[in-house]
Amino acid sequence: MIALEGLTKTFRTSDGAVEALKNVSLTVNDGDIYGIIGMSGAGKSTLVRCINLLERPTEGTVRIDGQDLCTLSEAELRKVRREVSMIFQSFNLLAQRTCLKNICFPLELIGVKKKDAEARARELLELVGLPDKADAYPAQLSGGQKQRIAIARALATDPKVLLCDEATSALDPKTTHDILSLLRDLHNKLGLTILLITHQMSVVEEICTRVAILDNGTVAEEGPVEAVFSAPKSDAAKRLVFPDGYEELPESDGPERRIRIVFRGVATANAPLIASMAKEEGILANILAASIKSISGKEYGSMVIEVADESELKRALAYLSDKPEIIAEEVRIHA
Amino acid sequence: MPNLAFEPLSETWRIVSNEFPFALWETLYATVLATAMSIVLGMPLGVLLVAGEEDGILPLPKWLMQVLNVVINILRSVPFIILMVLVIPLTRLIVGKAYGTMASVVPLVIAAFPFIARLVESSLREVDPNLIEMARSMGATPFQIITKVMLRESVPSLISNLTIAITTILGYTAMSGAVGGGGLGKLAITYGYNRYMNGVMAAAVILLVVLVQLFQMIGTKSAIRNDKRQR
Repeated sequence: MIALEGLTKTFRTSDGAVEALKNVSLTVNDGDIYGIIGMSGAGKSTLVRCINLLERPTEGTVRIDGQDLCTLSEAELRKVRREVSMIFQSFNLLAQRTCLKNICFPLELIGVKKKDAEARARELLELVGLPDKADAYPAQLSGGQKQRIAIARALATDPKVLLCDEATSALDPKTTHDILSLLRDLHNKLGLTILLITHQMSVVEEICTRVAILDNGTVAEEGPVEAVFSAPKSDAAKRLVFPDGYEELPESDGPERRIRIVFRGVATANAPLIASMAKEEGILANILAASIKSISGKEYGSMVIEVADESELKRALAYLSDKPEIIAEEVRIHA
Repeated sequence: MPNLAFEPLSETWRIVSNEFPFALWETLYATVLATAMSIVLGMPLGVLLVAGEEDGILPLPKWLMQVLNVVINILRSVPFIILMVLVIPLTRLIVGKAYGTMASVVPLVIAAFPFIARLVESSLREVDPNLIEMARSMGATPFQIITKVMLRESVPSLISNLTIAITTILGYTAMSGAVGGGGLGKLAITYGYNRYMNGVMAAAVILLVVLVQLFQMIGTKSAIRNDKRQR
């Protein structure tokens, strides 16, 4: 379990002090896939670096399984860092080493014998689906392949926690999806706790169980993904859920009967969802906002619809919830 | 008025064949020994210049960094020909005499190690800081970061820069001929400059040019061969 309490980080710059984090408290439970989302400059990178103490918080505590990291010596911290590994937006592979040797790197640091390290590295190459890239150099790989190698390297020391710093931000949508699937597999197979920071809603929607919205150095909102995204309370959350502006959504006269539909990779063939709902259930929905993209024949994104009355709302929710890879939630924005 | 006359070719050949093999050996010997010793002194210093900075991986006191920088700059700014004379007492102390090939190695090293420190510094600065952060995030010690990330990742650049160093040192060995150092430079000066045997001087210069070409070629080739960044 990762528990952050009252975390504050102040940077001294030539223009004076900049508060990157202000009194941030969060708890990530074992086995969570926890997303921290925010616009650039919200303090995400600083926050994730405070968890393994690459950045030392100015105030507050970082506890992993009850142990306060801020009180540890550098040598003790190095041990903790084997349990809490990290992947990066720019992959950070060592360009002068082969993939196999890159994966061996963290093992080399703790003095694992070369033969054992290479055997472990080969297992990991298998695990991330690149068994034939052992002798390739990073320059010969695509972005997605590089991130797979970086993931294999991060897993070499059998960590309990994987920190992902914008790990998919340099990748195209299809590759992003592949990497997220891999992360989810690893989470299931290895019981890994994953904490990922991102500015992409789609990433959080696709794999996270809980989410915290970071805005201007503070946690604006926190909770299970469905709860936060279906009823965003803070302005920061609303801005993320409805990037085109939630103010743009027309005000309804009476109570809001709105549903937010999240497409988590729906086969395009099943996509005329609203039309089929009209045909099969006789519910005529009004589309208020939609942002859908198609990635290799599957639909990702979200849509907000409005229906006529309470009973239609219930039936629509029931109908939509039955569909595979679709999440439907009632939305209360103006409430 | 320079003397442009050439001695008879047979005379040139006699001197070249009698004296050049040993002079070549002395030049190579002084160059390689001085380069090796300069690397031994300059490489750790170059590492300190980068790692010891305030936000480096092994921060050193600010005053110490300033002293290091000033000392390096002073040594770098003294002309080599003057440095050779200035360090004569030190040379005597170390080698026991102030002339000869072995003695020329002392000023060569003193001139070259700050130069190499700067070259190493510039190579290490090219290393992506994200890689250092990655290594820290995996629990690498500062020493491991220096050896396994900073130095290892900059090998191609280090080879290129050390090639610059060895060719510069080769040039310096020739200069040391003026104050008693051995080698091709000494031949060029004693026969060419002092005895107007321009043929011998030309032959010595040509041989030096060939040596520089050779070192540069080997250095460039191996820098490229050792670089895995592009395929």
